[in-house]
Amino acid sequence: MAAPQVPLTVSQRLGAILTWGGAAAVLFFLLVPIFAIVPLSFSSGNFLTYPLPGFSLRWYEELLTSDKWLPALRNSMIVGVSATIAATVLGTLASIGLNRARLPFKPVVMGLLLSPMIVPVVITAIGVYFFFAPLGLSNSFSGLIIAHTALGAPFVVITVSATLAHFDIGMARAAASLGAPPLTTFFRVVLPLIMPGVASGALFAFATSFDEVVVALMIAGPEQRTLPREMFSGIRESINPTITAVATVLILTSVVLLVCLELLRRRSERLMTGAN
Amino acid sequence: MINQGADGELSPSTDGNAAIGGRALKARLRRAERMRKVAAFGLVAPLLLFVIVSFALPIAGMLWRSVEDTEVSSVMPRTIAALKGWGGQDLPSEEVYRAAARDLAEARANGTASAAARRLNYDINGFRTLIMTAARKAPSADEADIRAAFVALDARWGERETWAAVKRASGPLTDFYLLAAVDLQHDASGSIVHVPEERAIYLDVLGRTFRISLTVTLLSLFMAFPVAYLMSTQPAKVANLLMILVLLPFWTSLLVRTAAWVVLLQNEGLVNRLLVWMGVIDAPIRLIYNSIGVHVAMTHVLLPFMILPLYSTMKAIKPHYMRAAISLGAPPAVAFVRVYLPQCLPGIAAGCLLVFILAIGYYITPALVGGAGDQMLSYFIAFYTTDSVNWGMASALGAVLLATTMVLYGVYSRLVGDGAIKMG
Repeated sequence: MAAPQVPLTVSQRLGAILTWGGAAAVLFFLLVPIFAIVPLSFSSGNFLTYPLPGFSLRWYEELLTSDKWLPALRNSMIVGVSATIAATVLGTLASIGLNRARLPFKPVVMGLLLSPMIVPVVITAIGVYFFFAPLGLSNSFSGLIIAHTALGAPFVVITVSATLAHFDIGMARAAASLGAPPLTTFFRVVLPLIMPGVASGALFAFATSFDEVVVALMIAGPEQRTLPREMFSGIRESINPTITAVATVLILTSVVLLVCLELLRRRSERLMTGAN
Repeated sequence: MINQGADGELSPSTDGNAAIGGRALKARLRRAERMRKVAAFGLVAPLLLFVIVSFALPIAGMLWRSVEDTEVSSVMPRTIAALKGWGGQDLPSEEVYRAAARDLAEARANGTASAAARRLNYDINGFRTLIMTAARKAPSADEADIRAAFVALDARWGERETWAAVKRASGPLTDFYLLAAVDLQHDASGSIVHVPEERAIYLDVLGRTFRISLTVTLLSLFMAFPVAYLMSTQPAKVANLLMILVLLPFWTSLLVRTAAWVVLLQNEGLVNRLLVWMGVIDAPIRLIYNSIGVHVAMTHVLLPFMILPLYSTMKAIKPHYMRAAISLGAPPAVAFVRVYLPQCLPGIAAGCLLVFILAIGYYITPALVGGAGDQMLSYFIAFYTTDSVNWGMASALGAVLLATTMVLYGVYSRLVGDGAIKMG
């Protein structure tokens, strides 16, 4: 791809320097908060300032022994996993249905299914707040799980639909023509091929729930305080080093999620090119 | 629309038997197609129902609350009925006062007066005490001079404006909250006027929301450009690495990033230390709990939403045009502005709209790193819902935010198609 080596003009060189310099500065801006908060979690001091007085794991100890953070993590996992399962099952079925036939009003249906992603969360939150209270769903896990399922399902619909767009329907037809019942075709042929899309949708749905705080602020009771909810009050009231330990754990979680997504993307590419 | 394929296959047949078989086949095909549709709909239905029940209905309920007005009519039904014929020119008839006396006595007995008092207080400050006092000491409905009895309680009962407010709140529907959300109200004669200056806050909030969102959008565009450009021009390996560097913060919890900015921007934080050390400032300056903090943290959160669409547009731009422009003698800067930039426009527009749409709905970041004067529309929606329990106002502000978002999203989806939002 190398273009013939022409010496760069001054302005071209200037342009390159500006681009690289600008990009480096912006990437620094993007990454510095993340890298600045991690070392503080290993500080032996009480204050969130540099230089660190010394190294210690006391904030992680605090995290593991507190009666606040572990229950919050447990609540987040309960809500996140349940909402992810519900969103993934509902979203995958819906995407397959949308992909399979030319349904009337398809754009309207699609718009409705994706709308939880577009409407500002605070509106969803107050809608749910008014609506769930008379049904006895506020201050309950079920209410939070229902709301998070609605917020996460659009991501599943998008990722699975994207995968299905490249899916070779001939595969399913071949299975059916060889005598496989529809369910067998689905579980043995279709699902394995669209699995990367389903899994990335699930990861998106989980990440959405795991980081959601506005709905949790509105409808979660003291028994359902999630990790983001605790972090919100932690930052608002008195930010202490335990929060940096929580933050470090969450950063690690997002690194793991990111790696999983990248692996899924590669697998999906392989599967799709292999299918052709 | 369904059976074009079947028609196409069958039309060449000329043989009579085949035609009969063809018709049967056609019917069967049509049935099969219908079955497929039913099956497909069966697959979509669960999520559709779920979204309708758990999301669309609650939002419809919120919109309903922004126009619903039943608190006063449920507490003071006789007064409202008696006020129906009142034109507003002079004080209402004695009938109205007697009805009010009965209603208020009953409200006191049932303990419902406060709901009506609260609703009327939204309209005119001080109405709460007016109603509560009247409920406590309601004159008997059989009083000879009932008007004088009310006025003796509080002179405001002798003012037209008081009764106009009650009539305005008679429901069952009202435009009171929606008008209030844009600083308008009905006056005693019913025409729409601006609210008094001391109560006009929402246009200010709306303006601030737009201003912050616009600044954040422009900052993001400015900052996203070099990164997206580099990503689109570098070989795959470098581009991938850059992408990971962009996606890592993108995937990091919003609260983690906000906490990080609180730590960085505080008075003893790294940024202040660095500025003092470099001699830019003599003493730490306030960088957080004001608009600087809001802009920095929001730009940080939303920047990836600008980089990703910009990158995908730039990646599709062929380098030939730039080379042609330069080889034809255009200085690189001119070629950039006249040839490259116009090709980026779809990405720029998509990124800007996306960031702006996301920004106007922001709540968490301004709530945590902003000062009292930097709170955006969402903050007031949440505030009226949970803190001051003025659900009509919360819903009306929500309706304004929802309408704005929908209009902008309509433009966005025209531009890039559905589903690209939030996914990059």
